[in-house]
Amino acid sequence: MTREENVYIIRGATLPDTSTTDLLVKDGIIADAGTGISNASAQVIDAEGLIALPGLVDLHTHLREPGREDAETVETGSRSAALGGFTAVHAMANSTPVADTAGVVEQVHSLGLEAGWVDVRPVGAVTVGLAGERLAELGAMASSRARVRVFSDDGICVHDPVLMRRALEYVKSFDGVIAQHAQDPRLTVGSQMNEGDVSAVLGLGGWPAVAEESIIARDVLLAKHVDSRLHVCHVSTAGSVEIIRWAKARGVKVTAEVTPHHLLLTEELVRSYDPVYKVNPPLRTSEDVTALREALADGTIDVVGTDHAPHPSEHKECEWAQAAMGMTGLETALSVVQHTMIETGMMGWKDFARVTSTTPAAIGRVETQGRPLTVGEPANITLVDPDGRWSVVPARMATKGRNSPFKGMELPGKVQAVFFGGHPTVLNGELATRRPTAQAAK
Amino acid sequence: MRHLLSTRDLSPQEAVQLLDTAEEMAAVSTREVKKLPVLRGRTVVNLFFEDSTRTRISFEAAAKRLSADVINFAAKGSSVSKGESLKDTAQTLEAMGADAVVLRHWASGAPDRLASSGWIDAPVINAGDGTHEHPTQALLDAFTMRRHWSRVAGRESIGSDLAGMRVVIVGDVLHSRVVRSNLWLLTALGATVTLVAPPTLLPVGVSQWPCEISYDLDAVLASEPDAVMMLRVQRERMEAAFFPSANEYSRRWGFTDARLARLDAAVGSDAIIMHPGPMNRGLEISSAAADSPRSTVLAQVQNGVAVRMAVLYHLLSGDRSSNPVEQQEVGQ
Amino acid sequence: MSVPASPENPVSSRTVLADADIDRALTRIAHEILEANKGSADLVLLGIPRRGFPLAQRLALKIASADSSVQPQHIVGQLDVTMFRDDLKHKPTRAPLHTVEPAGGIDGKVVVLVDDVLYSGRTIRAALDAIVDLGRPSAVRLAVLVDRGHRELPIRADHVGKNLPTSSREKVRVHLMEIDGVDEVVIEADS
Repeated sequence: MTREENVYIIRGATLPDTSTTDLLVKDGIIADAGTGISNASAQVIDAEGLIALPGLVDLHTHLREPGREDAETVETGSRSAALGGFTAVHAMANSTPVADTAGVVEQVHSLGLEAGWVDVRPVGAVTVGLAGERLAELGAMASSRARVRVFSDDGICVHDPVLMRRALEYVKSFDGVIAQHAQDPRLTVGSQMNEGDVSAVLGLGGWPAVAEESIIARDVLLAKHVDSRLHVCHVSTAGSVEIIRWAKARGVKVTAEVTPHHLLLTEELVRSYDPVYKVNPPLRTSEDVTALREALADGTIDVVGTDHAPHPSEHKECEWAQAAMGMTGLETALSVVQHTMIETGMMGWKDFARVTSTTPAAIGRVETQGRPLTVGEPANITLVDPDGRWSVVPARMATKGRNSPFKGMELPGKVQAVFFGGHPTVLNGELATRRPTAQAAK
Repeated sequence: MRHLLSTRDLSPQEAVQLLDTAEEMAAVSTREVKKLPVLRGRTVVNLFFEDSTRTRISFEAAAKRLSADVINFAAKGSSVSKGESLKDTAQTLEAMGADAVVLRHWASGAPDRLASSGWIDAPVINAGDGTHEHPTQALLDAFTMRRHWSRVAGRESIGSDLAGMRVVIVGDVLHSRVVRSNLWLLTALGATVTLVAPPTLLPVGVSQWPCEISYDLDAVLASEPDAVMMLRVQRERMEAAFFPSANEYSRRWGFTDARLARLDAAVGSDAIIMHPGPMNRGLEISSAAADSPRSTVLAQVQNGVAVRMAVLYHLLSGDRSSNPVEQQEVGQ
Repeated sequence: MSVPASPENPVSSRTVLADADIDRALTRIAHEILEANKGSADLVLLGIPRRGFPLAQRLALKIASADSSVQPQHIVGQLDVTMFRDDLKHKPTRAPLHTVEPAGGIDGKVVVLVDDVLYSGRTIRAALDAIVDLGRPSAVRLAVLVDRGHRELPIRADHVGKNLPTSSREKVRVHLMEIDGVDEVVIEADS
C-alpha cells in the first residue's frame, strides 16, 4: 500500500517539559499525541533521545533580498533557517529598496512563500528609507498581505524622540510593536568596538555602553508615557539589562532580545583585528555576557534573536575599520543557546522553547507559531539531538555568508528534523523538501 | 621575531638587543661608506595607505643602507572605494618579489591583519597604524632616551636599559599611536611613565595602563622628570570639543617658554625634551623649547634610520626557519 | 672508541696549547709582524671579535715592548664582520658586534687582521669586505693563533701561532683569560 504524503509518527520524543510522547503529524497539524500511536500510512521517525521543540522563531534576521542578493537571498537565508531549527523568521527592513512600503513587504513575503522553508515575516521600516525623518506607511504595511506587525529601522536607531514617540503611538492601532536598534548616533561616531580596556590598547574607536543604555532609558520612558509596545533589539550591556528590569518592574510594555553571539563572545576576540568579530552592537565584556545570561534566564530578556547578518567575503577580508558589521547566526543559534544557557544549568528546555519560539511568536503576533506541542496545534516542530556535537565549518553552511564568529568551535545540539506546517523541511539533519506553495495557501 | 606589529610583542631582552644593533647601525652612518651588504638582493616595499614623507624616507634610507632594493607604493585614500583592497595590493606586491612589507595605514590593526591573514608570507613591519601603534617610533625614542640615560649614569649605552628613568608624555594620548608603543616599550625597559593630558584626550580604560596619569603638567614637571615627550595635537580636535581652544590647550598642556624657564632654573635637571614630529610650534611646544639644547628632536630623526636598519636586519637577515622551503635549501 | 657522556665530561676534549704555549706563540707572531713590516711604522692591528680582539691587544703590547715608540692602544682596533658574512640567510639572526677604528684610521696603513682560528676562510673574506668599507689600507695581512686547515676559499695566513691538523668533525676552542678566565686551546671531538 502507498503511504500517504506527510503523515509522520514521531516516536518517543522528549517534550520541553521532559515528558515523553509520540506525535502524529497529519494535515499540517499535530493530529494525535500519546504513547503507542499507530497509523498505517505514516512514516515513523525514531525520536528516542531527541527533544521535540516548537519550531524556532527568529525576530531578527537579515535576508538581504531585495538588493543584496550577493550576500543572501530569501531562498538561501530560509534554507539556513530551516537547518538551524527555525520555522519562522522576521526579515529585517534594511534591504535595497528599504522595506518601507506595502509593495516591498509583499514581495519579501511572497518570496518566502515560494521558498517554502520557513514562515518569512517581513519587518517594516519605521521611517521612510530608514532616514529617521518621517514615518513610513506603517498602516499600509500592516494591512498588506504580509500583515506586518513588527516595525524597525534596525541598523539605524530611531534617534529623534518625537518620531519615536509617534511611531510607538501609531502602531497601537494594529497591535504593532516598534523594535528599536538602541544606539545613540552622536555617541558612536567612528565607533569600532566596545569602549573600555581593550579599545584603549587596540586604538579602535570606542563604542560606549551608554550609547545603548541612554536610548533604552529614553524609550522605556516613552513607551510608559504612551502605553505602547516596545521591543529592544540585541541588548548587549549589563546596564541595559538593569534599565529593562527597572522598566518591567514598573509595568512598561517592553520586551528585549539578546543575540547568541552576545551570550558567548567577548571583546577580547577583537584583539585579533579579525573583522569576523565586528558586529553592531559590539561584543562586550565578560561581565556583560554574564548579566545577559542571567537576564535571559530570569525573563528580563524575553527572547533570543539571531541578528543573522550575512556579508560577502570581500566585506570581511579587509582592515577592521573597512569591514562590514555583522555575523551569521541562523545555523548556530540553537547550539550556542544550548551551550551557554542549558549546559550551564541556567535554563531547561522549557525555558529554551519560551525564549526561542513561544515569546518571539507572541511579540511578532504570529498566531501559527510558538504553539505548544499538543493535539490540534499547527505542526511546527523541531527535533534536536541534545547529545550530538558538531564543529562549525562556515563553508558547509546553507547561508551565503561565511562570516560565522563560531568558526572552528565544537558546539552541542544537532537539529535532526524540522516540520514546517506539517511538512518536513529537514530530515536526518539535512534539508528535505520545501513546502509546496499551494499547501501554504490553505 | 617574525613581524614587528606592536612593542608589546618585544621582550625586554629583544628590545635591548634591537637597540644594541641600532647602535652598531648608527656607527655605520658615521663611516665613509654608509652602507652594509646584508640585504643585498632583498626587496623592501614601503606600502603607505596614509601620507608620511618622514617615516617613508626614514625606512627608505634604512633599507638602502642595508643594500636592499626599495619599492615605494602609495595607496592613498580608501582602498575599497578605489576598488583595490589591502589584500589584493599586498598580494600583488608579494608577487612582484617583496621580501618585507613596511605598512603605514590609517586603520588601526591593518598590519596585524596583514600579518595574520595568510594573504602573504613576507614579514610585516608596522610603520604606524591608525591610533594603535608606531613601534619603530617608540624604538627610536627609547634609543634616544637610552643614550641620554647612560650618559647621565656614566655608562655604556650598549647592553643597558632604562631602569630608573622617569619619562613624562604629554598631549593627545587618545589618538596617539606613538604613546601606546612608547608606553609598552619604555616600561618593559624599566622606565616609569607619567601621562599628562586633558581628561578628554585620555582613553576610557587608561587606568589599566602601567603608568601614572595626571592632568597637571606643572606639578609633574616640578618632580623633575628625566625626559618630557610632547605629542602632536591636531587643531581639528578642537571642533570635536576635546578642548575649548588652542590658547587654552597650550596654556595648560603646552611646553611653553615659561615652563622651559622653570625647568632651566631647576638645579641639576638635565631633562631632555622630545617630540616625534611634525611639531605644531606654539601649540604643544614653544619654539624656544623646540630649539633648546635639551631638545632631541633632530637626534630622534637621525636615530630613526639606525633603529629601522636594526629592525630590518633582525627581521630579514636570518633564516626564517618557519619557512620549510628555505629549510630545504639549507639541507641541500 | 666512545667516551661515556657524563655531566662533567659531555664530550672528549684535549688541550693542545697551554697558557705558556699561547704566550710564546704570540711573542713570535709579534716579532714576525715587526720583521715583515720592517718596523712599526703605519702598523694597525684589527681584531675580529670576539677572541681576535684580545689577541690583537696582546700583540700590540708585545710590539710596544719591542719598540718603545709604539703606543699600544693607538694601533689596535676591532672589526666586526657579522654583516659581511655570506651565511646570514642560513643561520638565525646574529646581533652585530662593535667595530672600533684605531685612532688614526686605516687609510694608507698596514692592517694586520687578527683572529683566533683560521678554518674555512669565510670570516676573513667577510673581514676583507668590511675593511674596504672603512677605508683603503696600503696592505692587509693576517695573523691567527691557530690554523686548523679545511680552507674553502683561496686565503692563507701570514702569521700562524700553531698549525693544527684536525678532522672537520672536531671543534677547536680557543679560551682566553679576558673572556673565558683561562688561556688554552682545546680540541673537542664530536662524541
